Amino acid sequence: MEVLIYLVPLALSLGLLGLGAFMWSLKTGQYDDLDGAAWRAILDDDQIPPAAGQKKAPTSSPAP
Amino acid sequence: MTETPDLTHFVEKLDDGRARLNLAVEGMTCAACMFEIEGGLGALPNVTHARANLTSGRVAIEWQADDVDPAAVVGRLAALGYKAYPYDARRMESDEQQEARFLLRCLGVAAFAAMNVMLLSVSVWSGNASDITPEQRDFFHWLSALIALPAVAYAGQPFFRSAIRALLSGRLNMDVPITLGVVLALTLSVFETLHHAEHAYFDSAVMLLTFLLAGRWLDQNMRRRTRAVAANLAALKAETATKFVTESEISEVPVAAIRPGDLVLVRPGERIAVDGEVEDGRSEIDQSLVTGETAHVSAERGTLVYAGTLNVNGTLRVRVGAADRGTLLDEVTRLLDRAVEARSHYVRLAERAARLYAPVVHLTAILTMIGWVLLGASWHFAVVTAIAVLIITCPCALGLAIPAVQVVASGALFRGGVLLSSGDAIERLASVDTIVFDKTGTLTLPEPELVDAGRIAPETLALAARLALASRHPLAAAIARAAGATAPLDGACEEPGQGVSALVDGEELRLGRPSWCGLEAEAGRVAASDPEASVIAFRHGTTTAVFAVRQRLREDATAVLAGLRARGFAVEILSGDRDAAVSHVARQLGVSEVRSGATPADKIARIEALRAGGRKVLMVGDGINDAPALAAADVSLSPVTAAHLTQSASDAVFLGDRLQPVATALAVTRRARRVMTENLWLAVVYNAVAVPVAIAGYATPLVAALAMSGSSVLVILNALRAKQGTGDAPWKS
Repeated sequence: MEVLIYLVPLALSLGLLGLGAFMWSLKTGQYDDLDGAAWRAILDDDQIPPAAGQKKAPTSSPAP
Repeated sequence: MTETPDLTHFVEKLDDGRARLNLAVEGMTCAACMFEIEGGLGALPNVTHARANLTSGRVAIEWQADDVDPAAVVGRLAALGYKAYPYDARRMESDEQQEARFLLRCLGVAAFAAMNVMLLSVSVWSGNASDITPEQRDFFHWLSALIALPAVAYAGQPFFRSAIRALLSGRLNMDVPITLGVVLALTLSVFETLHHAEHAYFDSAVMLLTFLLAGRWLDQNMRRRTRAVAANLAALKAETATKFVTESEISEVPVAAIRPGDLVLVRPGERIAVDGEVEDGRSEIDQSLVTGETAHVSAERGTLVYAGTLNVNGTLRVRVGAADRGTLLDEVTRLLDRAVEARSHYVRLAERAARLYAPVVHLTAILTMIGWVLLGASWHFAVVTAIAVLIITCPCALGLAIPAVQVVASGALFRGGVLLSSGDAIERLASVDTIVFDKTGTLTLPEPELVDAGRIAPETLALAARLALASRHPLAAAIARAAGATAPLDGACEEPGQGVSALVDGEELRLGRPSWCGLEAEAGRVAASDPEASVIAFRHGTTTAVFAVRQRLREDATAVLAGLRARGFAVEILSGDRDAAVSHVARQLGVSEVRSGATPADKIARIEALRAGGRKVLMVGDGINDAPALAAADVSLSPVTAAHLTQSASDAVFLGDRLQPVATALAVTRRARRVMTENLWLAVVYNAVAVPVAIAGYATPLVAALAMSGSSVLVILNALRAKQGTGDAPWKS
């Protein structure tokens, strides 16, 4: 049962990683516009309008 | 006469020197619109950020300060084909957004903890059945404690705070037994772990929180969505006023930026956006939105005018007043304050259930403990069993029973065109047995319309309508609308107080007062046959016509009222308008219980008399004079065209030109309440089965986990039934 010594921390850190990812996605406002996000995903890259293109990077000021 | 609107009031300065403007956009309904708007705005120079939110129908634009004129942004959107209105984001919503994010963070933490603790618990359960050593079990229990304790301390905050608030104010709500259950479960588990026991309830505590947080977040999300739509509608009709910046210079500014003492210009056909006193000018005022009275009153220097009234035919300069408000508005405000204060403290279904539930559960736990001690069991066993009773009865299903139905029902109402502003309105709507309607703007449409259009030759109507386009008079607008005219006549000029005229092929056309067109006799005949209507005359050489214009009943009013009566609702009309107009409408609708000429105080008195007689009253109204009655009724609805004050006094707003949403609201909420009651009974049945098991001492953590998730899923599935039958035929059930 010595395997627990590294399996348990591994399981916990994987879980924490998921929690961290969730918190990050929440902070960057990814749940603010669920309807819009569904469509942004299928937008062809070569049609990205200038403003939408700029917005790839997370900003500190999510849409209202 | 078109000046650019001044939007600087709505521009928000950001810390890094940039500026932001939030706009509610009308007509942004699809993904293509969203990309078009972002692309179009992003192409403007110096705009650093343009992000559309399809869910809330809003756009946020940021730019380097002072480099962009906000009016240019709105102009750009107009060029793209979208109407945009500034939206004051600072005022509302930031709190709500914060709360939503906090709930979601709590849910994330609770879900993480639930998954990991469950992983450890399943190992312990299977180990208990096979060959786990006590040391390994202790290790797993301590590990669970390490995850569960901080997670519950963080994710449980919404419940702990609400429970403490309730206890401090001497009430009991569902969060009190939830908090008690969770805290006791954790304390017991730590104690048992210290004593190397077989069972710990860390998993029950975090799982309970996860389920409840999910329900709470969904509930909040639905309400936020509804409120965003309502706030957009408010922004879309946010009024602007034309303010004198200097003696001779005018600028269009939002009403929020107008201060007492300012001088504003009100042109014919405009709604007056402020309360004040007429400084200069002479006109007629349509006060129907304020008093319900459809006849116009005259205004001249010194007359007090109210926000929400319509300036009919003359240009006025109004000095904005705040301190010296008109007697009518004073009266309404005073009555409204009193009605809101006296609004019976409605006890929600959930709260009533909690009041019954909490003492019963806590008593059962204590009796269990005493019983086991009397039967000769050890104190340790007795206490553990008593706490197990508390854990298994911890109202997971009960906590979800009502919010889950509320989410489903408010979604159904949203699709039916009804926007709820308070959560318990669903329960109050469901218990209604008497419906009181206001007439003007509620049973009738707020805009006047041409009656008997078929009586007039189409080419005459078309010509009159083109001439009418030159005027801003509301009656002229009704004629233009009736014929769908889009091409105004050249060289039309308006004769103040008389009408509009134009020359076509050397012949004069006139549209306006019957006396001005020389058609008094005919106008008298038309007016006699339809006493509520306003008449307007048209002369083109020898061709003449007299149009009767009045507020028309909502298209489906007769059918909806008949349907409501057939369902056993008592229906009344309570109007501030004069008797002739009200009784005519009442006859058409077949309503026998009618009161006309009612002041705001009369309206409250009638509502209170009905309530004193044991009736549950729904008031439907739109006028400012209805606001106190709306607040005094058990529950209230207003159309989206209602005045701001009125909308904020009512529990829900309905959209569109039809009255059907009123019927839909009643049908959906009745069904929702039935499902809520069923859910509460499901929770009772669950307890009836689970509690004896717990009392007998068989409520192991595994049993608790199965029972809790089983009952929660059952309750949520049942809640989905609240959606059924709300489509096109809401009266079928």
